[in-house]
Amino acid sequence: MTVQQLQQTLGWTAFHMADPGRQVTGGYAGDLLSWVMGRAERDCAWFTIMSNQNVAAVALMADVACVVLTEGVVPDADLLRRAEEKEVNLLGTGEDTYTAACRFRGCLE
Amino acid sequence: METIKLVYPVEGGDLIEAGEASSKMKLTLKKLGLPQDVIRRASICMYEGEINMVIHADGGQAEVEVDADQIIIRMQDTGPGIPDVTQAMQEGFSTAGQTARELGFGAGMGLPNIKRYSDEMKIETELGKGTTVTVRIKIPQ
Ligand SMILES: Nc1ncnc2c1ncn2[C@@H]1O[C@H](COP(=O)(O)OP(=O)(O)OP(=O)(O)O)[C@@H](O)[C@H]1O
Ligand SMILES: [Mg+2]
Repeated sequence: MTVQQLQQTLGWTAFHMADPGRQVTGGYAGDLLSWVMGRAERDCAWFTIMSNQNVAAVALMADVACVVLTEGVVPDADLLRRAEEKEVNLLGTGEDTYTAACRFRGCLE
Repeated sequence: METIKLVYPVEGGDLIEAGEASSKMKLTLKKLGLPQDVIRRASICMYEGEINMVIHADGGQAEVEVDADQIIIRMQDTGPGIPDVTQAMQEGFSTAGQTARELGFGAGMGLPNIKRYSDEMKIETELGKGTTVTVRIKIPQ
């Protein structure tokens, strides 16, 4: 499944689509950046409520397919700018992290 | 392949710009056409080291050497040093302050991540003088 298919199927917000055709193969949920760095796998969707710009750098280093901001969190202006600069796919949803992850899981199958 | 040397200054205290040196290095490694996994591991090590220099040591410098079979990353600062390296290497140990924690840092996972994603890691530190973290990542042939 591509990031765009994911976003459209689940009706999530596309804050920034740098690479809509990128494949998503798994998921990781967490807000502590070094946990994400250590545990998230390449090409996963990363669910977080963190909205500061360090999220863009972590997404780039860990090579995740997209970031999903949950709980209705919106990216701050710096994060949005960084996501554009670093070509990071940035999505959002009003759902809580558990609900979003469950729906995503359903989609992956 | 000739050895390529890259130098990245890292500003202290500036969590806003933190990660820029790592981002630049990643771009350069991509241009060199290195394997994805090697780039990812080097980027994670560099990012964790860079953030540590910003949060714990008021900045420093990263030197990266790339040749045909390995990447060496040397992250050097003149910060306070690490009193107990064994303790610092433990998952969950952190002295990060409130501001860093609010941004998502301070899980005490940075140094363990460097260990996990590198082939070799060395920490040289002296109290009041500074810390140098050196990392080696092999490039599979
Ligand atoms: N360059 C450094 N200079 C001085 N102290 C350091 C340096 N790097 C790490 N430390 C010390 O080692 C501890 C552990 O570092 P580590 O990177 O594992 O965790 P952290 O930076 O506290 O949190 P995280 O990396 O998970 O955001 C730090 O809290 C700090 O006390
Ligand atoms: Mg750290």
